[in-house]
Formats: sequence, structure tokens, C-alpha cells
Amino acid sequence: MEQHLPILQIIVPLIAAPLCLLLRQRTLVLGFAICVCWATFAMAVMLLLRVAPANGGDPGFPMATVITYQLGGWMAPWGIEYRIDILSVFVLLIVSGIGATVLTYAPLSLSREIDRDQHYLFCAAYLLCLTGLLGIAITGDLFNLFVFLEISALSSYALISLGANQSRKALTAAFQYLVMGTIGATFILIGIGLMYQMTGTLNMTDMAARLDTFGGTRTVLVTFAFLTVGISLKMALFPLHLWLPGAYAYAPSVATAFLAATATKVSVYILLRFIFTLFKPQFAFEMLNFDLGLMALAILGIFAASTIAIFQTNIKRMLAYSSVAQIGYMVLGISFATVTGLTAGIVHLLNHALIKGGLFLAMGCIALRLGSVELEDMRGIGRRMPMTMFAWVLGGLGLVGVPVTAGFISKWYLISAALEKGWWPVAALVLLSSLLALVYVWRVVETAYFDSPADPQLDVAEAPLAMLIPVYVLIGASLFFGLSTSLSANVARYAAEMLLGVTS
Amino acid sequence: MNTVLGLYNYWIVIFLMMTGFYVVIAQGNLVKKVIGLNIFQISVFLLYITIGKVRGGTAPILPEDVTYSPDGLPIPPQGFDGWSNPLPSVLILTAIVVGVATTAVALALIVRIGEAYGTIEEDEILALDLEE
Repeated sequence: MEQHLPILQIIVPLIAAPLCLLLRQRTLVLGFAICVCWATFAMAVMLLLRVAPANGGDPGFPMATVITYQLGGWMAPWGIEYRIDILSVFVLLIVSGIGATVLTYAPLSLSREIDRDQHYLFCAAYLLCLTGLLGIAITGDLFNLFVFLEISALSSYALISLGANQSRKALTAAFQYLVMGTIGATFILIGIGLMYQMTGTLNMTDMAARLDTFGGTRTVLVTFAFLTVGISLKMALFPLHLWLPGAYAYAPSVATAFLAATATKVSVYILLRFIFTLFKPQFAFEMLNFDLGLMALAILGIFAASTIAIFQTNIKRMLAYSSVAQIGYMVLGISFATVTGLTAGIVHLLNHALIKGGLFLAMGCIALRLGSVELEDMRGIGRRMPMTMFAWVLGGLGLVGVPVTAGFISKWYLISAALEKGWWPVAALVLLSSLLALVYVWRVVETAYFDSPADPQLDVAEAPLAMLIPVYVLIGASLFFGLSTSLSANVARYAAEMLLGVTS
Repeated sequence: MNTVLGLYNYWIVIFLMMTGFYVVIAQGNLVKKVIGLNIFQISVFLLYITIGKVRGGTAPILPEDVTYSPDGLPIPPQGFDGWSNPLPSVLILTAIVVGVATTAVALALIVRIGEAYGTIEEDEILALDLEE
């Protein structure tokens, strides 16, 4: 049982998805899906315990162990191999943890936003999406990664289109995402094909070992271009982010919270794998100066998206633009190509997932009571839904990066990485961009607390406890990781050292 | 000359790829966009399949009465130097399934868009969205 954990992590949600269709009955399916999600989270925790360094983060300890699992007993370069190192397990934990918390929150919010007889379909698509995202993190086979990428993408198109009960714009947003997502995935497929042509293998570790001798041919450059452009589309790196705001704004609240917190993070993980595991930083950064390109796009993205966010009236759309900006911070961390920089990028995967997940869940509470997420309808909401708005404010402070929140830890690492390299203008830009975040967060806070209610007659009650608890779990976790970094930043540092091949 | 004729399979792939990509971008009709997307994907399928062909190689089937060379390797049948690589074709079977699934989801979405908006022309949908 213990040695089959890696495959169970994928198989359990995968099998559970069609079972949802067979069960059909609403309460049964929701209960079942929630149990499955928590089971996958438990498995991710067990994997972490097996992978994490034994003596709790003492520097000087050799690299954490790597678990490999041969599917069907076929040995590694021929068969598909699951390969779990410290970075994979970190992403597995984020995805399964967010997935479980968000689905626990879901039942009441779904009742408001989706027809009751479609709930079992929602659960099936949700579990498939979870399977795809977990699979990407766990697999060591490049083609398998493409298949999981498409599983998660196809199910997320379905999840987004379920927002059609609220607004028909969800359908066009889902279609736009489908076109852009498929182009991105096909680019990755071309890259994988060229990669196979050059190396004759699909196993990423094997591929990396064989690719070195071919370094410098034009095919390597073309492959690198296809893979990075494809994944940039998927992770909505500025200026390839056009599908994201619509998709997040019109999807059901639950789907938005789940996708915003996990889908783009997993794409960042794939980028890390491409750059550091397949191509090696020497090729990407020293030969191609790819780091400068990434840094320029990241900084442009942070400023452009944050500025656009300031002018949004739909708060879900505002948070979506803020997500594009936050992707910029992660990519900025990666572009430093130092241990501190990568630590910043990787730890921000977790911190942003918690903060943005919590914020979108709070928006779901507001949508439940108000039936709207427009800023003007939220006037005075702070006095009527104090608990929800308090959580929102804590999450908003995390986005700004105020000390004691998780966002501060990410910015702290980013700025120290910039200063380590002596790039103080970059550090200054990071600080300046936080002010933009402060502006868009403050707009909501001001409207919610200092404006008189839009319609005093309208009776708006506090969100039910079953929804508030998951909101506070995520927001509380983001505060916890703002105070204690032993779990988040240390694991991220291990992952960064592993990717760069540095042993401390 | 060799770069044109000798690599003709790649030229076909690139031509199809660009055609598909252009159709996706330039067409306003959503169904035509999906057709463009399909052409785009099919060009990649062709790329994979041509990668698998080994010059002088036969179909990758090992007959029961195959003879082995002294160092334990099977000897290809008369007139062939070896076997083609079956793996790219296998991979592309998976990718075709993914492509079919994507097309199905896209067409389902278009049906719903058609019901909700009464049109599947992109510019008309945009105009309707702006009116709201």
C-alpha cells in the first residue's frame, strides 16, 4: 500500500470522477467528492513526510529523497515514471489542500449559482481537473505531462462554462480560454515532439542527460521557444494573459477560487521543470539570456495588470488582473536564477494560492448574499457581513505584502534576491508595485466600510458558517505562513537548491 | 534544393500549421475557428508521424519466425534495413483523442453560445456584450 502512494494520488480522484456521474444524487455526490479530496490531501501529506529531509531543515543535510514509481512495472526510460521530489510534493500539497478546502466550501455557493441537477456534473469536472493538476506535478514523463495538462484544461473549460446560469458571458469566456489554451497546449506538443526527435526518450531525467550533447543546435532553440511560449500562454504570463480575466470573472465562484489558486501555479511549476530540469539554467540563462526577457515581461506584467486592476468595477475581474500581476512576481523570482530568487518564486506559489483562494472564496460569500460582485453593490457591506469582509481585508493586506502576512515573506525574498544581485532598481520597482496593489485593495475597503449601503431596505445577512470556516482556514493559513516560515520557505529553499543543483 | 524537396514533410507541416493558425485568428465565425484549430493540431500529428519513419525501415512488427544475428538482435526482412519507430504513432493516437475531446467541448460551447446569443459570429457577440 505504502509503495503505491504515488499512483493512488492520481487514481483515486480519477476513478471518483465517473463514480460521481453514477451516483447522481446531489448530497451523496458532494459528500463523496469532498471525502475524495481530503483523501488526496492526506496522501500528499504522507508523500511529503517521505520526501522531506529527515532532520527538519538543518542546513548541511544532503538533498531530500526522491521517490520514483514505475507504472505497470516498466523500467524508467521505456515506461512512464512518476517522480516525486521536494518541488513536486510542494505543488501536490498546494493543489490537493486548496482543492479539498474549496470543495468543502462549495455546496451552499453552488446551490445559488448552478442548477441543483447539475451539481454532480460540477463535481465530476472538478475531480478531473484536480486529477490533471496533481498528475502534472507528479509525472516524470514529458508526454504524460501533456496528457494531464489537457485533462485539467478540458475540465476547467467545462467548469468555467457552468457560470452560464449567472451570465452568458461565461460561455464566450470559456470558448476564448479553450482556443488560447489549445494553442498553448499544441505548442507544447510540438516542443515535446522535437524533443523526442532529438533525444529518443520521453523521460525528463533521461532527456536532460541526453540533451546536453546536442546543446547549441537550432532545433534546441526552436524547441525551447515552443515550450516556453506554450507554457506562458497556459500560465497567463503578460502579455499572453488575455483569456484569464474573463474566465475568472464569469466562472462560478467555487471554480474561480479553485482555478485561480491552483491552475496557473501548476503552469509555473511546468515552466520551472522546463527551464531547470530539461534545459538547465546554463543554457536558458547564460546562453540565451532568457532571464532578462522573463524579468522584463514580469515587471511589465506586474505594473500593467495592477494598473488595469485599479480601474475594474467587477471585483472578481479585479482580482483576476491582480492574479496576472502575481504571476509576474513568481516569474520575476525565477528570472533571478539564484537560490534566494527561486525561493521567492516557489514560496509565492503557496502564499498566493492561499491568499487568492481565500479572497475568491470571500467573494463567493458576497455573491451568495448580494447576488453581485460589482463594487457599487458592495457599498456598506463591511457592516452587514463583518466576518466576510474582515477576511477579505486580511487577504487584501496579503496581496499588498504587509508584514505578518504571507505576501510579505514573498516580497521579502524577492527584494533580498534583487539586492543580492545588486539590482536595486528592481527592488524599488517591487516596492512601488505594492503601492498599486494597495490602491486597488483600498478601493474595495473604502467602499465596503465607509460608504452607506446601496439599498438600506435590502436585508443582507452574514455568510453561513459552513462557508466562513473554509475562508478563514485559507486566510488563517496565509497569516500562519507569514509568521512561521519553517514549512513554506524552507521547503521552497530546498526545492530551489535542488533545481539549481546547489547543495548547501 | 535538398532543403526543399528532402524535407518536404516539414514544409507540409509548416504550411498546414500556419493555415490553421491564420484561420483561428482571422475568422470571426466560431465554428470556422474550431476548424482552424483542428488543422493546426493535425499539422502537429503529421510532424510526429513523419518523425517515426526510419529510412529503409519496415512496419514495426516482429514475426514469429524472425532470425537473430549472432549478437542477439533480430534481422529485418529481405529488402529492409530495420524497423520504423512505432512510438510517435502511439503518442499521436493519444493526441488525436485529446484533439477530438477538445473539438467536442468547443462545439458544445458553440451550441450553448448560439442558444444564448442567437449568433455565433464573434463581432456580433462582442456587440451584444457591450450593449449589456
